[in-house]
Amino acid sequence: MKISFNRDACQGHNRCYLLAPELFDVDDEGYAVLLVTGDVPEQLHAKAQLAVDNCPEYAITLTEENPPA
Amino acid sequence: MSGPERCPVTDWQTDFDHTAPEYAADAPAIWQELRETCPVAHSDRFGGTWLPTRHEDISAIAHDTEHFTSRGVIVSVLEPQVPAPVGYAPPISSDPPFHQIARGLLLPAFAPKAIRPLEAPTRAFCSQLIDQILVDLPTSGVVDVAEQYAQHIPVRVIAHMLGVPAEDGDRFRDFIHRILEMAGQNDEPVAAEDTMLHYISAQIEKRRGEPTDDLIGFLLQAEIDGVPLTDDHVGGTIALILLAGIDTTWSAIGASIWYLAQHPEECARLVAQPELMPFAVEEMLRAFAPVTMARKVSQDVELGGKQLHEGDWVLLPFPSANRDPEFFENPNEVILDREKNRHAAFGLGIHRCLGSNLARMELTVALEEWLARVPEFELADPEAVLWSTGQVRGPRKLPIRILDPGTSATTKGAR
Repeated sequence: MKISFNRDACQGHNRCYLLAPELFDVDDEGYAVLLVTGDVPEQLHAKAQLAVDNCPEYAITLTEENPPA
Repeated sequence: MSGPERCPVTDWQTDFDHTAPEYAADAPAIWQELRETCPVAHSDRFGGTWLPTRHEDISAIAHDTEHFTSRGVIVSVLEPQVPAPVGYAPPISSDPPFHQIARGLLLPAFAPKAIRPLEAPTRAFCSQLIDQILVDLPTSGVVDVAEQYAQHIPVRVIAHMLGVPAEDGDRFRDFIHRILEMAGQNDEPVAAEDTMLHYISAQIEKRRGEPTDDLIGFLLQAEIDGVPLTDDHVGGTIALILLAGIDTTWSAIGASIWYLAQHPEECARLVAQPELMPFAVEEMLRAFAPVTMARKVSQDVELGGKQLHEGDWVLLPFPSANRDPEFFENPNEVILDREKNRHAAFGLGIHRCLGSNLARMELTVALEEWLARVPEFELADPEAVLWSTGQVRGPRKLPIRILDPGTSATTKGAR
């Protein structure tokens, strides 16, 4: 599972930072900062999904990796 | 205080009045009916005003700064006097590109990590308010939780941030009543020294000689491109923080307690499972979002099949967006552990509520402290609950009966 974050869409609602602090920090102005690059560790999948499902600006996306051929 | 003669609303699709007491009392039902029958309603009142009710339309307007200006954010018969892009209370009244500059100055003071140190004093203050309520509790066990609890919390927090006396709270509520609740409807003269403008000017003057480390002092020292902010900018921003941070949070705390008073099983659940609180707080914000914003149309545009013209007012009822079944499952049901909750209580787009982290902290702390001390309570008289009129909706009278106050009092100091 890969996570990506669109900084241009973020308006600083801070929902991701509250729900998934292992994945998101906030900068001094309150905009989100993604802490991981690419793969989300398995134990954080549920939190990553929460961050996606509570972002009012749709700034976070998750994509399933292609299963090995 | 009485407003002007008001024509009663006979048709909400073509003649709505968001300042009418019947709208305040039953807004969610009105939005639902409009969403199903006439999702972009219009009224000739206030010089021509639109009321979109679907999440899709409200979101589209909030994200469209090309056709909609924030020059006016409180619908009124009076035209906003300060032109775009600055407006009368930057940054809420500002448009790009000035908006981002004015907002950028304030963001650090309201970011989550800056708000965190305010949590402990807010908790202590909530606890003191509850002490007083329990000490003063009549044998009936009835207390007005809007007047004696909810309204005092944001006043204290905002006064602290601005660096003005919390004892001036009655004056702030008077400003709010005149400027927000009775916007454009109140022609009673106000003595010059009683106006908000006068209050703010006096606070600014006091700091001219001796800089302070509060927000007012910060604004007086702030610069844009090496130039100090104009007096109008500083005054407008102080007015914004004073007005926007108080009745909004007061409303959210009150509405949440109003809901919990009617659902003892949900109170018990929150007491037993405190880890639900972060979800419960967002769900309260979704279901009882207090704030409806507004815009003015700056360029003719079509919305939901209706033609909007330059100069028209448009209300942005974020609470209606939060109840749209196209966007939320079971929107009229309060689900304390709702996991998918992209609510718009703090707005959408570039004007996301500057104080959202502060409001969230205050609501969380106010509910945690209340439930720790007063886990069992009910509405004393559902008919006596009075909802505010205008663009900020919340209970202004909320009599509840504290059940078993003896037990509540003895838990004092347990936390």
